[in-house]
Amino acid sequence: MDALMLARAQFALTIAFHYIFPPLSIGLGVILVIMEGRYLQTKNELYHRMTRFWVKVFGLIFALGVATGIVMEFQFGTNWSTYSRYVGDVFGSALAAEGVFAFFLESCFLALLLFGWNKVGPKMHFFSTIMVAFGAHFSAVWIIVANSWQQTPVGHHIVAEGGRVRAEVVDFWQVVFNPSTLDRLSHALMGAWQAGAFLVISVSAFYLLRKKHQEFAKASMKIALVVAAFASIMQLWTGHSSAATVAETQPAKLAAFEAHFENDEPAALWLFGWVNEAEQEVNFGIAIPGLTSLLTHGDSKAPLTGLNAFPEDERPPVNIVFQAYHLMVAVGFGLILLAFGGLVLCWRGILFQARWLLWVLVFSVVGPQIANQFGWLAAEVGRQPWIVYGLLKTSEAYSPTVTSGEIMASLAMFTVIYLLLFALFIYLLNEKIQHGPVDEAIIDKGVRP
Amino acid sequence: MNFTFDLNTIWFLLVGVLLTGYAILDGFDLGVGALHLFAKKDLDRRTMINTIGPVWDGNEVWLVTGGGALFAAFPEVYATAFSGFYLALMLLLLGLIFRAVAIEFRSKRESRRWRQSWDVSFSVSSILSSLLIGVALGNIVWGMELGADFEYAGSFLALLKPYPLLVGLTTVALFTMHGAIYVLLKTEGELQAQVRGWVNRTIVVFVVCYTLTTIATLIFVPHMLDLFHVYPVLLILPLLNVLAVANIPREIHHRRDFRAFLSSSASVAALLALFGVGMYPDLIYSNPIVANSLTIYNAASSPKTLTIMLIIAGIGMPLVLGYTSLIYWIFRGKVKIDSNSY
Ligand code: HDD
Ligand code: HEM
Ligand code: HEM
Repeated sequence: MDALMLARAQFALTIAFHYIFPPLSIGLGVILVIMEGRYLQTKNELYHRMTRFWVKVFGLIFALGVATGIVMEFQFGTNWSTYSRYVGDVFGSALAAEGVFAFFLESCFLALLLFGWNKVGPKMHFFSTIMVAFGAHFSAVWIIVANSWQQTPVGHHIVAEGGRVRAEVVDFWQVVFNPSTLDRLSHALMGAWQAGAFLVISVSAFYLLRKKHQEFAKASMKIALVVAAFASIMQLWTGHSSAATVAETQPAKLAAFEAHFENDEPAALWLFGWVNEAEQEVNFGIAIPGLTSLLTHGDSKAPLTGLNAFPEDERPPVNIVFQAYHLMVAVGFGLILLAFGGLVLCWRGILFQARWLLWVLVFSVVGPQIANQFGWLAAEVGRQPWIVYGLLKTSEAYSPTVTSGEIMASLAMFTVIYLLLFALFIYLLNEKIQHGPVDEAIIDKGVRP
Repeated sequence: MNFTFDLNTIWFLLVGVLLTGYAILDGFDLGVGALHLFAKKDLDRRTMINTIGPVWDGNEVWLVTGGGALFAAFPEVYATAFSGFYLALMLLLLGLIFRAVAIEFRSKRESRRWRQSWDVSFSVSSILSSLLIGVALGNIVWGMELGADFEYAGSFLALLKPYPLLVGLTTVALFTMHGAIYVLLKTEGELQAQVRGWVNRTIVVFVVCYTLTTIATLIFVPHMLDLFHVYPVLLILPLLNVLAVANIPREIHHRRDFRAFLSSSASVAALLALFGVGMYPDLIYSNPIVANSLTIYNAASSPKTLTIMLIIAGIGMPLVLGYTSLIYWIFRGKVKIDSNSY
């Protein structure tokens, strides 16, 4: 493989691995705020125990988020130096703001969240929990601002001097609120809430099946189901709104989402299918005619830009984008069904006996992870061949001085380390879950290993 | 080569402040890591890790933010240095990843093999990280072979010249000394007595390295002295630096550990200030073709961006200092291991 492909593979591997953890921290952060808030409100020890347990899980997830995040921060410079020179003026500020506003906040208050139980009063501890959750959301804000700008760049102008070309900021607020920021931010955040909520749901369902820690599990489950139901329905809305924005700002991407080749024709919505790019057709699929046109323009006869409107070298790879997008949407509907199904059964008081559903819920934790990963895949691969949409191509953006041998070495290193870290993460998470919530009054007396 | 107080210079100073914050704060973290294996008992090792438990992540954010600020203010430097130091940076990432997870994982299981493996990886990764940071600084001082396109034109091995390696060793020695003094502050009893025995040795090692580096700099990298010729008053900096270093053994002798720690923090700050004065206005010195050097002018973002960033820093940094101080205040005093500890 050449240096470009290797650099892309490395970026995809490292960001995909990083993105396992932040959504969990963001979502779990919200749930922690609710749990600890309930504790302060009701003074019920159960909520205290819930908070203590989930804080420990949070600590483990957070550590991995940090360890893998540093890689991302450096990687624009190491592997995408031409890109960094080109966008630094615009993109760098958002990344720096993320550090100044979000990471410091998170990491400082995390210290109180994890270690502060006996150092500060309950109100101050609750405040720290809120700040950590707030910080996690804030880091998502800035990184998504940066990413959205490269999807839908505005608020800049192109400056060329001495053979060097770069984008410079003209209007900062336009950069921040570029056409796709709000849609993508709300969508990514709701995806994160789903990730956190379904983790709690899954572990609680497991305890219920095993008849362990039942009271704890039921109370955790109720909170998480409400968050999950809210986030899942919001996800449909924000996702729809994202799609409408994509149709307007990145027509080639939308055409790839739905494998819409013919230009200026109404577009169908495929439920599933396999795209044959050479023949420009979808095999083994079922489509609802005109639905994509209807969803984006409110009219099933409205013509949409098709892939054929673009020169061949400006089209994204269609099948990957199509599959990733459809997988995300399918999972999205599945999660809505699960969350509301769970909520209704819970309300009618039969959820905790419905073993088959509890089993499904145990595995539901992978749903949001799959949708999050494939959502990014669709959004990012759908942007190709552009790295900054319409301005800079990915093939021109990598570091010219880094050789393919060097990237091969680092890619091999990351692959090995990440496999190891993932195995350790699952192992320790499992230990924590098996160990379960312990009565804090007991452990606080002695030195527990 | 005169000093002009403009936006670019302000950003030169601010990136310097971030790096100094990083070196002072994460410096002692890394130093604790370097000393970790010298503590033999399990409880002592656990205590060592918990001296930095609540603060190490926040300390590391200074590096992350420094990187972000460099990207925003001087994108050319971010691009050139990070891609030029490719393999070294990948090793640094390896170090930082293993450090982070070693701290988190180490005490999660009883098994001796488990704990020993993480102890070793915590220590080795801390030393490796300090060394690589030092070697990178050393290369920036010595000069990298830059082409007219500002891309690095040398090889990985060319980065391993004696001078940068010496700076690397000096960095390890500095952080180890700084970390040892920090441990004095946070521990008591037997462990503290043991560490007290190490401190003087770490000071001696550091002073030797420091002297050698100073001599080597005077002889081999005279461009670091340019600004001192123009503004002789700056010579006060090396003077302060020597005083700060000399004060450390004195305070230790009188058991004024906190003042010793302030002194070693001041030495770190003074060293970075010397580095800054020596480099100004270059950010990466190009050797042999000096004209290709990246300076605070040809590497900078637009004035507009520098201004926006200044506003961001103006709002953000006071907050950061506020809650950083809050955390250090709340977690002041000697470490006690309890069920919440690592
Ligand atoms: C702030 C920027 C940013 C953010 C938040 C993300 N990406 Fe991205 N992504 C890029 C910035 C970027 C990039 C720097 O622009 C890349 C590198 C090469 C490229 O084409 O775009 C890229 C490429 C890229 C590729 C390779 C695409 C290809 O080469 O065809 C994949 C699979 C992903 N990303 C996946 C993700 C995932 C799973 C993310 C979830 C967090 C994600 N990206 C977030
Ligand atoms: C390429 C893009 C990204 C970069 C450069 C990046 C950078 C980083 C860095 C350096 C850290 C560690 C900070 C520390 O030391 O405390 C981190 C952690 C984190 N990142 Fe990312 N990140 C990226 C993508 C994302 C995305 C897409 C999100 C969310 C939508 C996100 C949310 C977070 C959060 C919440 C944390 C805190 C740790 C955690 O919660 O696990 N990041 N990131
Ligand atoms: C319910 C139906 C859903 C629809 C209609 C939908 C729609 C979309 C669209 C159109 C995009 C592309 C945005 C762009 O390229 O700018 C997108 C991206 C994304 N989706 Fe979804 N989505 C759905 C469900 C989900 C679910 C359940 C998750 C995760 C739990 C998820 C996570 C993501 C992520 C992380 C991205 C990339 C970030 C972004 O662009 O916002 N989506 N989604």
